[in-house]
Amino acid sequence: MKKVIMGNHALSYGAQLGRAQVVAAYPITPQTQVVELLSEMCADKSLDAKFIKVESEHSAMAACLGASLAGARTFTATSSHGLALMHELLHWAAIGRLPVVMGNINRAMAPGWSIWSDQNDSLSQRDTGWMQYYCASNQEVLDTTIQAFKVSEALSVPGMIMLDAFTLSHTYEVVDIPEQEKVDAFLPPFRPKLRLSSEDPRAFGGLTSPEHYFELRYKQQKDIEKAPALVAETGKEYEKLFGRRLELIEGYKNEDAELLFITAGTTGYTARVAVDALREEGVKAGNLRFRLFRPFPFAELRRLVGRSGRRVAVVDRNLSSGCNGIFFQEVKSALYGHVDGMPIFGYVSGLGGRDIALEHFREIAADALKRQPPAEEIVWIGVRK
Amino acid sequence: MKKEKTMKLTLPVEEYMGPGHLACQGCGATLAMRYVLKGLGPKTALCIPACCWAVIDGPFPYSCLEVSIFHCAFETAASSASGLKAGLEMVGDKETTVVGWAGDGGTFDIGLQALSGAAERNEDILYVCYDNEAYMNTGIQRSSATPYGAWTTTTPVKHFKNRPKKDINAIMAAHRIPYQATASIGYPEDLVKKVKKAKETKGTRFLHIYSPCPAGWKSRPEDTVKLGRLAVQTGLFPLFEMEYGENCKLSIKVKERKPLADYVKLQGRFRHLSAEELKLMQEEVDARWARIVAQCGG
Repeated sequence: MKKVIMGNHALSYGAQLGRAQVVAAYPITPQTQVVELLSEMCADKSLDAKFIKVESEHSAMAACLGASLAGARTFTATSSHGLALMHELLHWAAIGRLPVVMGNINRAMAPGWSIWSDQNDSLSQRDTGWMQYYCASNQEVLDTTIQAFKVSEALSVPGMIMLDAFTLSHTYEVVDIPEQEKVDAFLPPFRPKLRLSSEDPRAFGGLTSPEHYFELRYKQQKDIEKAPALVAETGKEYEKLFGRRLELIEGYKNEDAELLFITAGTTGYTARVAVDALREEGVKAGNLRFRLFRPFPFAELRRLVGRSGRRVAVVDRNLSSGCNGIFFQEVKSALYGHVDGMPIFGYVSGLGGRDIALEHFREIAADALKRQPPAEEIVWIGVRK
Repeated sequence: MKKEKTMKLTLPVEEYMGPGHLACQGCGATLAMRYVLKGLGPKTALCIPACCWAVIDGPFPYSCLEVSIFHCAFETAASSASGLKAGLEMVGDKETTVVGWAGDGGTFDIGLQALSGAAERNEDILYVCYDNEAYMNTGIQRSSATPYGAWTTTTPVKHFKNRPKKDINAIMAAHRIPYQATASIGYPEDLVKKVKKAKETKGTRFLHIYSPCPAGWKSRPEDTVKLGRLAVQTGLFPLFEMEYGENCKLSIKVKERKPLADYVKLQGRFRHLSAEELKLMQEEVDARWARIVAQCGG
């Protein structure tokens, strides 16, 4: 069934079709519509789930962990400060191997209060052990949510799905909402190998000495490393059932590109418009858009960037203050030693929700085509210096 | 025919806590756990945040308890328990009693928000606070449950704690939860009775257990039970029950309260106090006792 819905509701429908059993959430702009619709779904029983209306995001995640440990499929959604408040428990979920799935609306951190988009909130949680998906359309949000349950539960690794504040969360688009039976065929019920039960008493997460802790983290890493292959595989399975591709990195006219943008989130769709405009002007541009950022899809990035002789412009809507754009750092690091002498430049733009528009991509293209490496660590786009 | 005399046991014989735990000698918190599990039985799951009990049950892969434990984050006993209960119900287990089991720091201080939230929502959980009146697991730092006058490592004798203990029971009463009670490890029959009542009650239940700590109170391990009784007999820690924040009932009626000095003198943490400061403490105890008695209808 096709429906015109907002990005936030695409998360709610994804959780509903995924048959989440426990939702624990706390409101924050611009996430509220996710949980408003879910609370209606729980109230009218169109979703058979318990909705715990907690008093903070910290408690939201704590309740999700308890529910997940009991063996229930668990969902929540938050944004920026809410995600930051959860930080401690994001580690808890990941090391505790609890496959909670969460939507996060990318919103800038205060002060000054900003409700507009940038990625510093989720990228500050990069090292907590959660999978991170960045979306660019409402359809992708819904599809990713369903896929995330499957991948997370198979690997016992939690998953976080990112939407840009307002440009995606509050934008209405046509979304194909799949039939429940087809989703059920794709996503079986959650049946963890180990769960907390009074029938089989166990202590979860007790004092763990240096004798055991290191192996815990080793196993966690070995499992999350399986995710890129599994995301690709479930993406293909999803395509067979629903006709939509779910890739690790979406390539757009990248094969013959001399100038390759690297983006994430809705900036990736603006980049596609820029690629078309630049090509009309004779610049062979292309775009790669990260869908999966954690675990980092090393092999896929190297495959898509491919040969040397092209220029790469990484566009970051985030900043690791005192260093540079985070996608820029990671792309450089992933390509080091794999592609000889490729000029890679980092552009920071759009912090706090400032538009990253076509003209900015033109500016980036003009700069990237003439700039000589080694580059400045940050090339600022659209800032008043 | 001679009538055979048998001893009547006043507590359930079943044990759900094995030997080999890691607590200090004379630990009141271990008695609290042992009695509570006797009252609850095997269909129990505990959410234990950072506190002495995070360590007492033993390091991975061991546990001295025969019930399941979710070792959760410091401030999340109540929120973890809320989620665990919801999750268990969704997978078809409606029987297991889910318990948030926290110390005074995890209850009065860092976990208070989550506890308030769970109580306001009337989550179907039992919350137990074993109160040893300071952060004992980290090495005896003051909490808001530390009483006036006490030495701790962050309230040195030259600057001892000069504020009274936070009245957590009044806070919980204000939430109108179906059941709350105070108990002491010095009165195990009363404690187990209250656990059983809590088990049979739906909604949020709060049990506040007085748990002396020889290491932190500088008392003798063999005086733990005695201190648990003296706290009640002096009126320092009245034992009562409440329903929906009302119907307060004293469960151990103390006809003649003993002087607070009897309790204080067994503990090094009060040794520095002058006669005048002790008098202030006695007055505070008298005033609170009068308030509780009045609340219980005299």
